[in-house]
Amino acid sequence: MFDLSGKTALVTGATGGIGGAVARALHAQGANVVLSGTREAVLADLAGELGERAFAAAANLSDAESVDGLVGRAEEAAGAPLDILVANAGITKDGLLMRMKDEDWEQVIRINLESYFRLSRSAMKGMMKRRSGRIIGVTSVVGVTGNPGQTNYSASKAGMIGFSKSLAQEVGSRGITVNCIAPGFIASPMTDALNEAQKDAILSKIPSGRLGTGDEIAAAAVYLSSDEAAYVTGQTLHVNGGMAMI
Amino acid sequence: MSDTLERVRKIVIDHLDADPDKVTEKASFIDDLGADSLDNVELVMAFEEEFDIEIPDDAAEHIQTVGDAVKFIDEKTAG
Repeated sequence: MFDLSGKTALVTGATGGIGGAVARALHAQGANVVLSGTREAVLADLAGELGERAFAAAANLSDAESVDGLVGRAEEAAGAPLDILVANAGITKDGLLMRMKDEDWEQVIRINLESYFRLSRSAMKGMMKRRSGRIIGVTSVVGVTGNPGQTNYSASKAGMIGFSKSLAQEVGSRGITVNCIAPGFIASPMTDALNEAQKDAILSKIPSGRLGTGDEIAAAAVYLSSDEAAYVTGQTLHVNGGMAMI
Repeated sequence: MSDTLERVRKIVIDHLDADPDKVTEKASFIDDLGADSLDNVELVMAFEEEFDIEIPDDAAEHIQTVGDAVKFIDEKTAG
């Protein structure tokens, strides 16, 4: 089950903890994987580590032109049409709303939400023709629950969920599924930045009693990418140790 | 029958799995041939590819029938 041989996937934010784990897992299931991110040296290292069937395509997701061309560059790099898009790249610019600057709002919306729209749109043409495709947006538990200090981030993540549900309805009849994965607190450079008191407060709310791992998000991505998940669309798969049960 | 009409008809018949007898110049993709709005988008994409032209969105909106498509394509490829 969950064999991805012969399929081609693009993973954005592949230099991050979750994105890297997703890329490795899709690759391990047999997919060609195109890694995208801003840090070219890290991308090249990861592509080199994965070896065959791994390619790098750098992109600046805050630049519309760069995003619009990314699917094309990925297909060129892999020499195959795109079957799976994992829009994983995201940033935070946290702060209370009363002190939030315009650019903190705009950057988060542009990189987290607008790039998802642009990448999905450019992936859609080929997927429609081939009558198959998998679009996966990596959103966040806070897109559903909210979180103080993250009005911009939670709005962008909730936006991804609404976008996915609408697109899933548009293209469901063409064999294309559109789903989100909503990680809870996952051990990553983003959570490493929290202090002990913050971590303890978070752990007290997680029934599993620990942070999640990138591999646990990657497993969800493998499932949603697979042929076996063809009847799952417009959904958000929450992987959060039970911290929010939705 | 013009060459353009024949090529357009072939695309429409293939894509919509339509009865060839019904695919006349006057046939509306949506009203007569059972297309939905997504089919219309796909047909326009297929015309673009077949005739190697670009059909802008505002023009695509006015291509509702087989004849509309033939007329637009003939005008576009004539110049």
